[in-house]
Amino acid sequence: MENIVLHVNDVHKSFAGLHALSDIDLAVREGETHAIIGPNGAGKSTLLNVCIGRLKPDSGSVVFDGVTLTGKKPYEINQLGVARVFQTPEVFPDLTALDNVMVPALAKRDGSFKMSVIKRLSREKGLRAQAEHMLEDLGMADQMQQIASEMSRGNKRRLELAMSLIQKPRLLLLDEPTAGMARHDTNATIDLLKKIKEGGMTKVIIEHDMHVVFSLADRISVLAGGRIIAQGTPDEIKNNPKVKEAYLGEEQV
Amino acid sequence: MNQGSLTKDIILFVIFAGLVIAAPVLLTPLGAGYPDLLQKFAIFGIFAIGFNILFGLTGYLSFGHAAFLGVGSYASVWMFKLLSMNVIPAVIFSVIVAGIFALLIGFITLRRSGIYFSILTLAFAQMSYNLAYSVLTPITNGETGLQVRQLAPSDRAADYVLNLRDEDLRILDQAFGVVEQGIPITNLFGIKMSGYPGFYFCAVLLIIAFGLSILIARSNFGMMLKAIKSNQNRLNYTGVNTRPYLITAFVISGMYAGLAGSLLAVTDPLAGAERMQWTASGEVVLMTILGGAGTLIGPVLGATLIKYFENIFSAINDNVLQGFYSFLPDSLNEIAVAVSGMFVGKGWHLTLGLLFMVIVVFLPGGLMQGFQLIANRFKRKKKTDSTQHSKQAAE
Repeated sequence: MENIVLHVNDVHKSFAGLHALSDIDLAVREGETHAIIGPNGAGKSTLLNVCIGRLKPDSGSVVFDGVTLTGKKPYEINQLGVARVFQTPEVFPDLTALDNVMVPALAKRDGSFKMSVIKRLSREKGLRAQAEHMLEDLGMADQMQQIASEMSRGNKRRLELAMSLIQKPRLLLLDEPTAGMARHDTNATIDLLKKIKEGGMTKVIIEHDMHVVFSLADRISVLAGGRIIAQGTPDEIKNNPKVKEAYLGEEQV
Repeated sequence: MNQGSLTKDIILFVIFAGLVIAAPVLLTPLGAGYPDLLQKFAIFGIFAIGFNILFGLTGYLSFGHAAFLGVGSYASVWMFKLLSMNVIPAVIFSVIVAGIFALLIGFITLRRSGIYFSILTLAFAQMSYNLAYSVLTPITNGETGLQVRQLAPSDRAADYVLNLRDEDLRILDQAFGVVEQGIPITNLFGIKMSGYPGFYFCAVLLIIAFGLSILIARSNFGMMLKAIKSNQNRLNYTGVNTRPYLITAFVISGMYAGLAGSLLAVTDPLAGAERMQWTASGEVVLMTILGGAGTLIGPVLGATLIKYFENIFSAINDNVLQGFYSFLPDSLNEIAVAVSGMFVGKGWHLTLGLLFMVIVVFLPGGLMQGFQLIANRFKRKKKTDSTQHSKQAAE
């Protein structure tokens, strides 16, 4: 039997009486790419925020690799091996691309806090080589010294991906990784994510774009009205009448 | 602040040290070549460098840094009163006390960020200021200020019936048999800390403080502080606990301020609560922004400029101006004196205010940004010149 990496158990979350999530049960297996899809307002982002510790669920729990994540601080969750890519690219706008990648690399190696006032960053040759390699891998060799705020949205997205990947997380959560991208950038991102997939990293993707979902996901959970209405392989989901209904509205008789 | 290679940093450090050591000669043409003022440049330079470690690197704007300056001064004067007129114990004790004080205040104020942090620090500093005048009078001697006094008669010292505010002990000095006549002067193992020796003592500490700030800015720790300034939220999701980083930066910065306060007491062994007032906190903010927040040299530059204005510009009076405009006919002379009189003498704040406005509006990166722009223009000119030359040569 395959290992379950992330276990969402019976999670409920409501905002001022509105049930954003109810009865959410989700099991993400090791090494798989699990997509969460659903129409706008279905609760996808809320679910992700519960997983990452930004929101506390009203009841239920999220367990990562035997450790309960609920109630933990964001940095603690990251130190356990969960990295997140945000919907709008979150980078360090004032730093160069290389420094943007060096910071998470340092956090991975040194833990959540380390006093190293005297050690020069420029002497971290090992980490620097890793960071450069990562940026080269993502096709950003020319932009290493560019300040992040001057980058295009697509490049910021790639940079953010590099920041997450340098930490070699056990679980990568991606919130609409291709939102707002042009078609050819989207395809490049798909290729990139496929490449990462070969590394065996477990991923949870939230995505609108069906093209992206069906080219990447091993399994799909469909969220509608705060509930999971279907779960299965891409083929099963494609032919599921409930899903069609959620997306296209009820069939007219 | 760019990454900067080790060699560049060393060159910067050596040039800085050279300039500071040569300051008495270099600043004489500007009328600032006397030790009392130079000492002030150095002391407020240290204060601003320390402030910049917090504000320049993390972006947290403290509006209460003068509290640490005041605490440093009080701690030093107490060392002068109790232990010795030697400055070493005073300086060390002040830095430690200011560090502990900063830890306490930082622990509370750093729960908030942005404007709330600024207001909390301001509140704490004003609280310290008012406490120094009221409840803490036994320690601060209230409005009179804490001063070095004559030794207590030995019989009373033995009985511990002392009024320590008015009578001193100087246990170490007594143990070493230092003879005192009248009220003693601060010294470094016998070298009196007035005039140029006093300046060079501050200068050496300024150079060390500057060197440390380079190390911090270039370190892994410094990179984390810059990341906090850039996007603290992202840093939390990157696995970094930002709070201890901020507290450490706050404490380091407070220790710098404590050192500066201690040196103020070394120059003049008197500590008063007005040193903690919010205007003093605001001054260091001005210094840092004027010179260039986040740059290495900027804060020192800003501190020097403001102290220069305060001491030199304010000393220019109508007589000096009349002399300056003496080449003009009498009627014009009067007008010129009246107009420029608004900007000098008591009006020096106006000049400073205008300068500050011009810099914040046109050069948000401070004077250092201005220098950078000039340097870049020169470089570009050179480049285009050389390409033109090579083109001509090719033709």
